[in-house]
Parts: sequence; C-alpha cells; structure tokens
Amino acid sequence: MATLELQGIRKSFGTTHVLHGIDLAVAEGEMIVIVGASGCGKSTLLRIVAGLETATEGRVIIAGADVTRLEPKDRDIAMVFQNYALYPHMSVFDNMAYGLKIRGLPKAEIRARVQQTADLLGIGQLLERKPRQLSGGQRQRVAMGRAIVREPKLFLFDEPLSNLDAKLRVQMRAEIKRLQRRLGVTSLFVTHDQVEAMTLGDRLVVMHEGRAEQVATPMEIWRAPANTYVAGFIGAPAMNFLAAELVEGGAAAKLKAGATIAFADGVHPGGEGAPLIVGIRPEHIQAGSGPGSLPLKVDLVEPLGAESLIHGALPSGETLTVRMSDCSPLAGSVLPVVLPPASLHVFDAEGRRIEAVRRRERTAAAGAVGA
Amino acid sequence: MRKRVIFNDKGLPYLLLAPQLAITFVFFFWPAGQAIWFSFLRQDAFGIRTTFVGLENFVELFQDPLYLASAWNTVVFSFWVTLVSMAVALGLAVLADRHIRGAGVYKTLLIWPYAIAPAVAAVLWIFIFHPQVGLLGRFLREIGIAWDYKLNGGQAMLVVIVASAWNQIPYNFLFFLAGLQSIPKSVLEAAAIDGASAQRRFWTVIFPLLSPTTFFLLVVNIVFAFFGTFGVIDALTKGGPAKATETLIYKAYIDGRVNLDLGSSSAQSVVLMLTVILLTAIQFRYIERKVHY
Repeated sequence: MATLELQGIRKSFGTTHVLHGIDLAVAEGEMIVIVGASGCGKSTLLRIVAGLETATEGRVIIAGADVTRLEPKDRDIAMVFQNYALYPHMSVFDNMAYGLKIRGLPKAEIRARVQQTADLLGIGQLLERKPRQLSGGQRQRVAMGRAIVREPKLFLFDEPLSNLDAKLRVQMRAEIKRLQRRLGVTSLFVTHDQVEAMTLGDRLVVMHEGRAEQVATPMEIWRAPANTYVAGFIGAPAMNFLAAELVEGGAAAKLKAGATIAFADGVHPGGEGAPLIVGIRPEHIQAGSGPGSLPLKVDLVEPLGAESLIHGALPSGETLTVRMSDCSPLAGSVLPVVLPPASLHVFDAEGRRIEAVRRRERTAAAGAVGA
Repeated sequence: MRKRVIFNDKGLPYLLLAPQLAITFVFFFWPAGQAIWFSFLRQDAFGIRTTFVGLENFVELFQDPLYLASAWNTVVFSFWVTLVSMAVALGLAVLADRHIRGAGVYKTLLIWPYAIAPAVAAVLWIFIFHPQVGLLGRFLREIGIAWDYKLNGGQAMLVVIVASAWNQIPYNFLFFLAGLQSIPKSVLEAAAIDGASAQRRFWTVIFPLLSPTTFFLLVVNIVFAFFGTFGVIDALTKGGPAKATETLIYKAYIDGRVNLDLGSSSAQSVVLMLTVILLTAIQFRYIERKVHY
C-alpha cells in the first residue's frame, strides 16, 4: 500500500509525442481508472509507471520515493496484463510463487501464501494445472493471484477484462472491485470501456490524445464533464451535441434547431451571439409538445427491452439520440421532444465547459433562508 | 482447422506423388537397398569373387578397435560441434533479439556463413589455423605453443570442431531467433515485474520456452555433425593425423572408396542409416509432444 504521484510525464517515440505532461496524485488505497479510446496513451502511461517504458520527461514517485530511473523489479509493483502473460511452462502454483521465490522467501511461507491467495480467488484446486488447461476466466484469476500474492505497493491493471466474454467480464469486474476494496492496495486500472471505468474507479482519468482531459470521480465526470470529449466519451449512448448561440444577457441559449432554452443554473459568460455547444444526454430528453419543444424526425428505433433508443434528425439537420422507456414511435414519424434546462451541459466553441457565473434566485433564496 | 482436399479419382493422388516417390526411390531406396545387400557380401580386392557372409561384416566391425575408435571420435566431435554451435547461436540470437540499431545488418551478416560450402569454409579455416600460413596458427607458434594440427591429434580435432560449428551457427541462429521472437513480450515483462533479473528471466522463462526449438536443433545438429561434416574433415585433416579426426562417415568413405572393402563400408553405412532412423524417430516422437509445455 502506498501513494503514487506522477509529475509532468511526457513520452515521445522519435517525433511522435504520445504523452503531453500528465500529472496525477493517487491516495493510498485508491483505485484510479485511466480510460480513453485506443491510442490515447493510457497503456503507455501505465507502462511508464511499471518501468517497462521510460518517460521522456517527468517523474514517477511511489510511496514518496522517486522510482523514475528504477527497473521494474525494483519498484515493488504487480501488473495484470490483458493477455494474462502467465508463464506457459509453469503450473499455476509456480506462476504464483515465481515472484516469492525470487525474493527468497522460505518454502513453507511461499506455499502458505500461494494457497491462501488461491483460496481467496477460488482457484485453490487448480494449483497443479498448467495455464493451457485453464479457461479464460481461470487464467484471469491466476494472473490476479500472481499479482496479489506478492503484496505489492501498487497494482497495475492493463485492460485485464478485455479478453473475457461479456458475462464473465461483468462478474470479474465486480470481483476485482471487491478484492481491491478488501486488500486496500493502491491501483491503476487501464481500460477503454467506460462502463468498466465508471463502476471500478474511485476516480477516473479520462485521456485523449496524450492529455488527461479530466480527473474526477465517476459521478462528477458524468454530471459535469470538463469538455465535449469527456462528455461524449462517458455515458452510453453518447451525449448529444447541438449548435447554439448565447442570447443577450447570457441567460439562455438559442438552438440552431429552433428553440431557445433558458439556463437553469444562471447566467453564462460571453457576449451576445457567442457560439455554444449544448450537450444533453439521451436519457434526459423527454417526449412532449408545447413551447420550446423540437420536432424530431425519427429514422431508427432500437428497442432494448426496458427502454428504446430513438435516433432521428432535428430541423437543423443535427442528429439526436433519445432514450425512453415509455414510448416507441415508428420510424418516419415525428416525435416532439423537450430538452429540460436542468439537464443541459454548456460548452464554448472549443468544447470547454462553461459554468454559470451568477447563481440564479433559487440559490440566492436558499442562501437567504440559511442566513 | 485442417483443410482436406477430397479427390474423387483414386489414381490422381498417386500420380501427383509419383515424381517425389520416383526421386526417393532412385536416390534413396535403391542405394540403401544395395548398401544393405552389400553389407552381407564379401568381395576380393579385384571384384572377381563375391561371397555371401551373413552378418560377419557387422561382427568384424564391432570387434575392430579402429572402428570403435572412429565411433568414439564421432561422439566427441558431434558433442562439441552441437554444443558450441548451439551455445554460440543462442547467445547471438539473444543479442539480435534486442531492439538495436542496425539489427537487420547484423542478422544478415550472421546468416551469411550458411551460404558457404563446408569445403570452402574449411579452406577459410586453413588460412586461420595453418601453422605456417594461418594467422592464428603463426601467432600461436610465436608465443611458444607447439601448434600444428597436422601432427597433433587433439589440435586437429579442435580445428575440425571449430570449422564445423562455425558452419552450422547461422542455421541455429535463425531458429533460435524465430523461437525468441515467438515468446510473448508480456510474459517477459511479467517476469521483470515479478522481480527477475535479466539473467534469471533467461534461465527460468526464455530457456524453458525455447525448449522445443532447442530440442529440434539438437537432433538436427547431431545429424549434421554425423553426416554433414564430411567436406570439412576431408579438406582440413583427411581424418588424420593418425586417424584422430576419422569419424564414422569418413571411415565408411575411406574403407569403401580408398581401401575398396565394399562389404565393410556397406555395413558401416547400414549402421549409420540405423542411427539416423533412430534420431529421426526420437525427434518425431518428442517434437510432437512439444517438450515441456
């Protein structure tokens, strides 16, 4: 158990810049999930923490000690690989005992610790098997066991669930979370799967093109994404984005699609006519006519059972996805939809989130009551 | 998934195999059959009288101290050629497997010796080891070592071992390099994270995972040392001095071609043939099981 700190990590392969200065402070026992599309540099960052790659610039500090120049073997970390990377010629027992043997632990203690860890993971009866005799889920557990048994300062997970089938993935996800909580080991978990990220992480690092776009708890990221990339990446189906401009006074946004929506949280900075991007999650859009409603021309309905995904186009030509549980219109029909002001996310033309500068009466009134 | 071609015509598969079978028959079964037949016969030196003697050629062979000596030479020679060529090749392959600048050039240069005929390789080594004209030979004499592989049997053995091993290194190198490259990088990374030093990673992970390659090469190299080194020995030492470098294959040639004892030479060939069949059988049996994992 230890803290981890990354300071200004940069990485270039020749002229290709992969990481552009990543800073991160991880508290003891915290589970940080690094999430991003493939090629965003998340695996490279993890490998730099592991010592498998060297950072071009920046420092890696584990438990207060600068390990930037140390070999992986001297960092006291454990890693679970996407393809498990079990030693194919060794039995499960030997796979798990490998690191302990290198540390020169007494045989009896190695046996006890491996047995204990194997029982914890429910693979106690597989110790004599070779990796090729195991199923995917069992291999995954052995890989976890090999990491756990060493009692390292830091766990690193490199997309460990990607090779499992969907059902097993959900099960292992829950298991990893339970284990991590129980053992309380500081962990970094890399994934491209946002559901995995949301469910596993105490905090998420959303990466995009070598930058950490936002570092926050899953709910913070979901509620207040820092920019349109994060907003579009977290949440499924992805958030809708609509072009708009600020109306005078900054109290409302005039959508290109037609309606003008007053902001629920107050005045936003910027001049009249400043271009905005308004985001709204599919599940927040409601059906209903009336003032401020938009006609959505439905072109595809995907029934998911409990709810349906409705894809369509607005008069401006912009596409909109709506998730509804009580309504499934026919393709080709027109569905009037309302965008509730409280659910709007406002971004500037570059995609950065804009917060309201002045709270509206509601907040002021609450303050008055408090006083 | 195994793809299987279905022939409707029963004759066609045999027709397609015919050229290969004809070649095998003419160049292997026919001479091999003749060798077996001759090994039961004894001819006088002029080839006028031929007598059937049963297994007498074989009995004499295994009672002949010269034959047993050449068998021992073969064992020593094969052991060292195999060991040296495989160890050096593995070392070079490990070095070439790293991400180094100019790795392509390095690999190409290492493969070149394989394109050199054993006899030419032998001449090359003469220029190094010859006591009067060889670079190393002269150097050794100058520093006071009585170097003359034409007189000293031990030195002669050393020279043919070095020349043969050198000739075989590229082949082993290629296989070891391919073997190394097929080991998943993440397995080695896992070992590094588990705390293993580079040396420990080699002996506990890389070497065991290479065992199928190593085993395959072991058999191939022994066969090479037994049969493929005739040219090197003929060009460098002609089996001498005093038969110190006479291996089984060289003796079979001398007895048959030079001493014209066809019966004994054939018997020796048959023994060699059985040896090679045995080696191949071992290889097929264990390679199939993939050794170790």
